[in-house]
Amino acid sequence: MISWITNPQHWTGSDAIPLLIGQHLAYSAVALAIAVLIGFPIGLYVGHTRRGVVMVAGTANALRALPSLGLIVLLVILFGPVFASDLAFLIPCVIVLVLLAVPPIMTNTYAGIAAVDPAAVDAARGMGYSSLGVLLHVELPCALPLIFSGLRSATLQVISTATIAAYVSLGGLGRLIIDGLAQRDYFEMVAGAVLVGALTLVVDLLIALASRFTLSRGLMR
Amino acid sequence: MNFDWLAGEAGDIGNFFAWHAALSVIPVVAALVMALPIGWLVKQSGVLRPALLGIAGLLYTIPSLALFVLLPLVLGTQILDPLNVVVALTLYTLALLVRTVCDGLDAVSADVLQAANAMGYRRFSRFFRVELPLAVPVIGAGLRVAVVSNVSIVSIAALIGTPQLGALFTEGLELHFLTPILTGIILCVALAVSLDGLVIFLTRQLTRWQPRS
Repeated sequence: MISWITNPQHWTGSDAIPLLIGQHLAYSAVALAIAVLIGFPIGLYVGHTRRGVVMVAGTANALRALPSLGLIVLLVILFGPVFASDLAFLIPCVIVLVLLAVPPIMTNTYAGIAAVDPAAVDAARGMGYSSLGVLLHVELPCALPLIFSGLRSATLQVISTATIAAYVSLGGLGRLIIDGLAQRDYFEMVAGAVLVGALTLVVDLLIALASRFTLSRGLMR
Repeated sequence: MNFDWLAGEAGDIGNFFAWHAALSVIPVVAALVMALPIGWLVKQSGVLRPALLGIAGLLYTIPSLALFVLLPLVLGTQILDPLNVVVALTLYTLALLVRTVCDGLDAVSADVLQAANAMGYRRFSRFFRVELPLAVPVIGAGLRVAVVSNVSIVSIAALIGTPQLGALFTEGLELHFLTPILTGIILCVALAVSLDGLVIFLTRQLTRWQPRS
């Protein structure tokens, strides 16, 4: 497996390891960015106003029950005739990754805001903060630990599921697992599995570091 | 939907459904049995606790497809062996439940424990007759997440060829045929919803002491 990874042949061409890692990260980043744009504002709104709590929890549970592989395959077949070239595969994958990432981001943002000490919120109101001011300067900083943990589990799920993209002929590290299986090259599969595992660990560590630097020191005590 | 195809394949689909249910449920039961003592030990471990829960969290970061591929190396099984899927899911569920059991035991108030001590409960019987019953609501919530996500992860095992509902997805893509894909998705969701309902029912049965609103 080590010799498979260090073999220079696997570092150039259309299946070069750095290229696959880049593709893997690109799919994941696009999906996460879209998921944050959708899930974060909804979570903020629901957490701040306490409106639509049941709907948010229900949607999150329903989305969790959907099998991601089935959804990708379904969308690939539906979109196949609509889009040209790789887009027919790329768009279904990104949609499914977004569907995976929205629930943890949305529910954790909501739960984080809802769990902020009401005394802190009341104090801010008493000091003359507007509703938006309370949200941005009190509730949001206090909710950051939970929001980060939601972002973290969303990221892990997205990177993990992006391996499936290779099955519908896209790139990414799943390529090695799927191609290895087709060619009965077990070492290629193992190399792919180890690289994906390492990638998730590195990204997980980076998010943990980012959260340490952005959290208010008052929350660490 | 092509119902003629469905009728023709009903036997296979029923078989896939049974496999899928077994592959989703067995790991949860196995992991729960292991998570109870491990969760208790982790709760007692004091300083080591964040590190132990961190290791459990790391286990959860390994992508499922990668774990399905790597386990044969460790277990000495064939790549197509369903045992890989069972072990992989057991590990995931265990990682999730150890934390849940720990949290659930934490939620038992110190007053209750003192009262139990005063009534003469020893450690072992206090765990089974006081702490565990009171931790059931939290553990039940963790189990719901575990069963529902297992149903989805099991279908990914179709990529390495284990028989279950995920096989309908790969078949549908190869044939460019929507019926098996839709059937697979509907049955997966139905399985997830019914297992979720079963966990809710069992949690209710075990927590009759809780006031109902």
